[in-house]
This record gives sequence, C-alpha cells and structure tokens, in this order.
Amino acid sequence: MSLLNEMSQKAFDMGVPISVHMDVTYRCNERCVHCYLDHEDHGEMTTAEIKNVLDQLAEAGVFFLTFSGGEVFLRRDFFEILEYARGLMFNVKIKTNAVMIREDEARRIRDLGVDTIQISVYSHRPEVHDAITKLPGSFVRTIKAIRFMRDQGLKVTIANVLMTWNLHDSDGLQKLAGEVGVHYTLDPTITPKMDGDTSILSLRIAGEELPEVFRNPALVPNLEEFCAPPKPVSEDDLEGYSCSAGHSFCYISPYGDVFPCVQFPLPTGNIRQQKFMDIWNHSPELKEVRSIKAKDLTTCSSCSHVSSCTRCPGLAYMEGSMRGPSSADCEKSYYRTGIPTANMLRKAGQGPVGSLVQIRPLAALA
Amino acid sequence: MPETYITRSSAIAARMLAGEMMVMNSMDSTFFTLNEVATAIWQAADGRTPLREIVRSQVCEQFDIDADQAQTDAEQFVSELSQHGILLVSDQPIPTTRAPEAR
Repeated sequence: MSLLNEMSQKAFDMGVPISVHMDVTYRCNERCVHCYLDHEDHGEMTTAEIKNVLDQLAEAGVFFLTFSGGEVFLRRDFFEILEYARGLMFNVKIKTNAVMIREDEARRIRDLGVDTIQISVYSHRPEVHDAITKLPGSFVRTIKAIRFMRDQGLKVTIANVLMTWNLHDSDGLQKLAGEVGVHYTLDPTITPKMDGDTSILSLRIAGEELPEVFRNPALVPNLEEFCAPPKPVSEDDLEGYSCSAGHSFCYISPYGDVFPCVQFPLPTGNIRQQKFMDIWNHSPELKEVRSIKAKDLTTCSSCSHVSSCTRCPGLAYMEGSMRGPSSADCEKSYYRTGIPTANMLRKAGQGPVGSLVQIRPLAALA
Repeated sequence: MPETYITRSSAIAARMLAGEMMVMNSMDSTFFTLNEVATAIWQAADGRTPLREIVRSQVCEQFDIDADQAQTDAEQFVSELSQHGILLVSDQPIPTTRAPEAR
C-alpha cells in the first residue's frame, strides 16, 4: 500500500474528512446536454462565507480540496478564493471547462501551486464537442487553454463523459490528449438531474456497448484482472464499506448544503446554519451512511460481485434506497465480467424488467 | 559559520493527520509524512529564523534531544526536503509574500 493510500485509510478509519469537493457556483457558460445541474443562482455563498468555510475545513483536517461547478471561473472572486485556499495549504484540484482561461490565468493558477486541472472535453471533433456543450467555439477555446496550462507545467487531465452522442470518439480524444501531452480519463456515468428528472439518462450508452470501453487495453492497463470473474466473497468483504462518501469525503454545494458526495443528494445540514464539524460529527444522515456495511445491503450482500463492484451508494439512493443496488453499476459489473449480478437475476425473475434478454411465451406478449 | 534559513515552498500542500504532517508537492505529486520533530522544524520554517535557532527552541527544548545530534539530523532533513523542492534553503533570510500555517 502506498503512503498516500495508507494515510487515506487512516483518515477513513478515524472519520477525518480528508477530502472535500466544493462547488462554488452552479452557473455555467456551457449547457451540456448531460448536465444534472440547475444553472440558476439561488443564492451562492459570498466570498466571506466561502473563506469561513475554508477555515473550518482546514481545522477539520481536510487536505484534498476540489473546486468545481458550474464553471468556477464565472465567479469573479475565484482567484481570491483559490489564493485563500492555498494559503491554508490545501492540495487543490480544479474542475473547469477552461474556456475562460488564457495565458495570464494559466500563469496565475501555476503560481498558486494548484495540483491538478481537470477539463471536460467530449470529443476530438469540434462539431461533436460543441454540440454537447451547446457553446459554439468551445472546443477551440478549451484546447487552446489546455495548451496554455501545459506550457506552464501544470498537470492537466482531459475528462471525457461517454454518452450516446460521443460513443465512438474516445479513441480519437485519447489520441489528441497524447498529442497535447496531457492525461486522459473516461467515465460512462450519467446521473439524474438534481431535481430527480431522469430524462437525461437516455444519453447513457447501452450496456451492450460497455465492453468496448472495458476491454480496451488503451483505457484499461490491467485488462485481464479488470475483467476477471469476481473472487469468492469473504467475511471481510461483507464487513466492508462501499466507498469513502460520508466517511472521509463529502460535498458542499454553492448554497452551503453538505452531502455525503456530489452524486449522493442526501441533505445532511447547511453550513450557513451550523458549523461544518457539527454536521460532520452529529448529522443523523451521515451516521446512517457510515453504518452501512456490505452485509447490510438488501440485494448486493448476496451478490457474487459485492467485493469488486463499483456500486455507488448515491446512485442507489437516487434509485430508491441507499442500501439497495445501483443498476448502472450492476450493468458495469455484468458487462465487465460477463457474470450477471444478484440484482439482474432478481429482476429477471420478477418479469420483464431489467437489462437481461428474456424469453417469454408468445401468449404473454398478446 | 554561516547561518541556514529555511522556508516552505509555495508549491506544497500540508495538513496534520493523527500527529503526522502530510506534505505534497504539486509540481511532481511527491507525498511525504513528517514525524513530530520534523513537523516542529517544518512549522518554524518562516525564512527569518536561523535553523540553529529553530533546532534549539523547537527541537532540543521540546523533545529533550542532544543539541549536536539534533543539528545534524535537522541538516539532513532540510537537505532531503530541499532536494524535493519542499523546503527552500539559503544562507540569507528568505523574504516570503505569505507564511502559510498548516494545521
């Protein structure tokens, strides 16, 4: 185990929030087709409020801090916030679409000692990227900004969200990232909108397409291990937890709401009304999230994938229960290994629900 | 003998966890943890206080360590961290625009 993993595990065991994702705005200059956010400003925290939160986070032991949005650079005070955060010695990562970053901004970001910049790019083809962002010219501006930041010696990662619109563009984009000299990551996860609207889930790529991603050696270095059937479930596996959400990680919205994760919209408190540590230590919702072990999961505890599945408790919560399955992750486990999950088998037994091909008597179709 | 002055690089992040100081350099993502004594030196690295004085006031007095041994260990520690760009070292006081305080 690396030293970094060792310290992360220590934070998890001690319940220290070592990592926080903070959205400083939901406003955005792009209107991406798959975005889950409401871009209206319903009362963002002020500069002073955010600085106060940062003081509290430093006191609480937060080390890794991600600033995201919305588009962070739409806040005119973003550099002031960034400078304050670095003054408190957070390891800072920024997620941005980069269209507002020019040479000066790239230099300032480097001078402030930001660790990583993650930039959303959806295709190597400008027309596809711009169609997804609905901002004409965004591809050209974003790629130009990536080059500015690379030239400053910053660590840049292109993050691609794979969906129906760009399904076959991953290889081309990965090649472009290589040519520009930056890292590349890919995520096929599309989440429902914050208000529960699931219409954008139609952009998810079909499960049958997932093997193209999972079995691509350019994306998955340890292919054989990654696609191997799950190992037999042990007692230790059943005593384990899903992820760090609520244990050593949390999410703070631009309005001061605290959630276990950006993908886990379970309200646990508001930082405008309570101290961060009061929420972190005493929120009944966070205590409940922390109490759930693999053995407590309604369907997944009996699933052969339980120890290796990427089951997201937030997606499960949005699907109906934080103790239930996350169907999107069930599909990933199935198409990664070829072995159906307990949730898929349960649904198949219930009737025409779920993703497995079913054979029904003709009479039933009448 | 010239004095040695040390200050923390502006490219680093740092935080205390369970009595250990985690330090990460954003330039190359190197990650360190510092023990209690190293943390005391680290926190006193303000660019103005000579290393000899830091060792006397922060190490010898607080940890009851022999002065010569503490000075040797501190110089080795400073040399190692400066090679990784975590600490900046000079024989003159180092002006700093800000003196971040890791908690």
